[in-house]
Amino acid sequence: MNTRDKGQQKLLWGSAIVVGLVVVITLIDKRSIGMQWLLSGLTVGSIYALVAMGFSVIYSSTRVINFAQGGFSMLGGMLMFSLSVSGKLPLWLGFILAVLIVTALGAGFERIVIHPMKDKSAITVIIVTIGLSIFMTAIAKWIWGTDPVKIAAFSGDKPIRFLGASLVPQSLWVFGLTLVAVALVFVFFNKTLLGKGMRAAANNPDAASLVGVSSSTSSLVAWTIAAGLGAAAGVVIAPINFAQYSAGTALGLKGFSAAVLGGLGSAPGAVVGGLVLGVLEQITAGYLPSGYKDAVAFVILILVLLVRPQGLLGRPEEVKV
Amino acid sequence: MALRNPGWKAATAILCLLVAVMVGAVGCGTQKVDTSKSVYKIGAVLSLSGPAAPLGLPEQNSLRMLEEQLNAGSGVNGHKVQFVIEDDQSNPATAATAIAKLINQENVSAMIGSSSTGATLAMVPVAMNSQVTQVCCAAGTAITKPPKKYIFRTPPTDSMAIDKVLGYLTGTLKVQKIAILHDANAYGTGGATELAAKAPTKGITVVANESYGSTDTDMTPQLTKIQQTPAQALVVWGTNPGPASIAKNMQQLGMKIPFIGSNGIANKTFITLAGAAANGVAFPGGNMLIPSSIPAGTPWRQAVDKFSADYKAKYSKDADTFAAHGWDAGLILTAAMKTAGTDKAKIQSAVQATKGLVGIDGTYTFTSTNHDGLNVNDLIMIKIENGAWTQIK
Repeated sequence: MNTRDKGQQKLLWGSAIVVGLVVVITLIDKRSIGMQWLLSGLTVGSIYALVAMGFSVIYSSTRVINFAQGGFSMLGGMLMFSLSVSGKLPLWLGFILAVLIVTALGAGFERIVIHPMKDKSAITVIIVTIGLSIFMTAIAKWIWGTDPVKIAAFSGDKPIRFLGASLVPQSLWVFGLTLVAVALVFVFFNKTLLGKGMRAAANNPDAASLVGVSSSTSSLVAWTIAAGLGAAAGVVIAPINFAQYSAGTALGLKGFSAAVLGGLGSAPGAVVGGLVLGVLEQITAGYLPSGYKDAVAFVILILVLLVRPQGLLGRPEEVKV
Repeated sequence: MALRNPGWKAATAILCLLVAVMVGAVGCGTQKVDTSKSVYKIGAVLSLSGPAAPLGLPEQNSLRMLEEQLNAGSGVNGHKVQFVIEDDQSNPATAATAIAKLINQENVSAMIGSSSTGATLAMVPVAMNSQVTQVCCAAGTAITKPPKKYIFRTPPTDSMAIDKVLGYLTGTLKVQKIAILHDANAYGTGGATELAAKAPTKGITVVANESYGSTDTDMTPQLTKIQQTPAQALVVWGTNPGPASIAKNMQQLGMKIPFIGSNGIANKTFITLAGAAANGVAFPGGNMLIPSSIPAGTPWRQAVDKFSADYKAKYSKDADTFAAHGWDAGLILTAAMKTAGTDKAKIQSAVQATKGLVGIDGTYTFTSTNHDGLNVNDLIMIKIENGAWTQIK
């Protein structure tokens, strides 16, 4: 283990201890109310984490930040509304179809828009993804109109009591999906040949193509996975946050913040970043006048980036000339 | 004889019909737009995209419907009417650019807009400098306080809605301690500030004043804080979907105190989003939402019934209060142009002289010191019961 990894470990443990202390103090100080803030924070944080993971997958494979990531979640939620509410399909079928359609769209976008730009710099592609995000919002507005829509919770609305606090059953679905998603993404990038190849392709495209993973394949697979993840997130969170044509921008911003906080390109980092952001936001809303909530979240983000530009779990970028 | 030929018969019949139509047209000449007369152009800056789009789109629908109905008749004094509509994307800076473009390039005679308070305030200096009358569809108190010569409005103001809510708290609920939870945007903050300032004058103490972000989805931390206070009622000032999340969070936490919303949830979307949690929620809204609240047979009731039926037939959805704001703005200006023509100074004085004009939101009377055409009596308190609106008497 070299010194850089040791430094990373120290900072990681340090920040984990700080967040842990905040949580413990809150619980001791406020008991069941603190528990409520924590559960609320974990729910909100899981939503951020799911969107953040999409950012990470594309970034780790192609070094592109996809600002259309929130749009995939928005599309997932809106399609779920069309399929399960308007189309009256069973929830599970609506879920699968919504995710499949958005996944196909993600792959299509990559081939039609992103792939032809493979020789352009990452910043050019990033600007194109902003355009893509605006495009998706406009199309969604045209198809579904401007009103937010309601999708019924998967297992009813009866609150679950937990240590004096309460949470809606849909939160458990969000937690569950977050766990499954991070496990799948981790396994894919660390245990499968294609996943490992894609990480290699991001670091050294020429060498990776020699062993059969071209940056073109890599980009296609990354966009497909990210679109699917985003859509699944959008469907599962829709009963909590209401699907709306404009939801992508806000989701994308918070998800991006979570991804940066956790370290861009790290799937576990995305989850940690999302949960930390969500919990701190809700505890702030509880302790301070709630208007400071967003300010505190972003101050923490800025502080972390000042001390550790690569985020909590990210690896420092090595630029070789 | 040639007329025995069936073809000739048909041709003659068609000819007769054409002549009849032309004679009819000439006979009803006063009911037609005279194409030789200049077109009366009225500009409109509305929020057709962005967060305020649910306000701007119905306003645009109404203006298009008014334009169609006027031009199917005699327009305004035989002049065809055209609404030139620009989208401000819910952005004040865009609204200011759009009004300048409409006045300087399209040469509109008067202005409508915008949908939200922020965008409207950005348009005000342009309208004032160009001396063009602007009728807005936004409810923020600051727009007409103090009255500005060229600026008028159609909706009941936020102040009126707040007075209505305070009347409900003291008169019907008889509570002394309330909590406020508001959207952190301009609408929510403005409403909460005014409510907190006025409450003590009615003998009400504000025991908690909390906020949330427009895109937030879980307000349980704020609600648990409010649970710790002796608040007897919760007033929520914001627009969808925030208040729906709050209603659901209250149900989740088992909070039983009354939920009083703002005029921002005076739409069916709130009921759809909040589901069963919407039941019991009360809010101030326009009479047009519950037409039976207007005495039958009055001109107002007739206007509302016709407007609602026409809107539903044209757009296959129910007209909401925003549709009413847009319609009334168009109505006030076209009524003024009947006497004023396109003279900008005359339009201003004609709008200011509007007295007893029956619109959809209510009956408009402007004076030099009052540029809000309506008053607090043009609002009613509405309660949601079993997913439907009922008037609280």
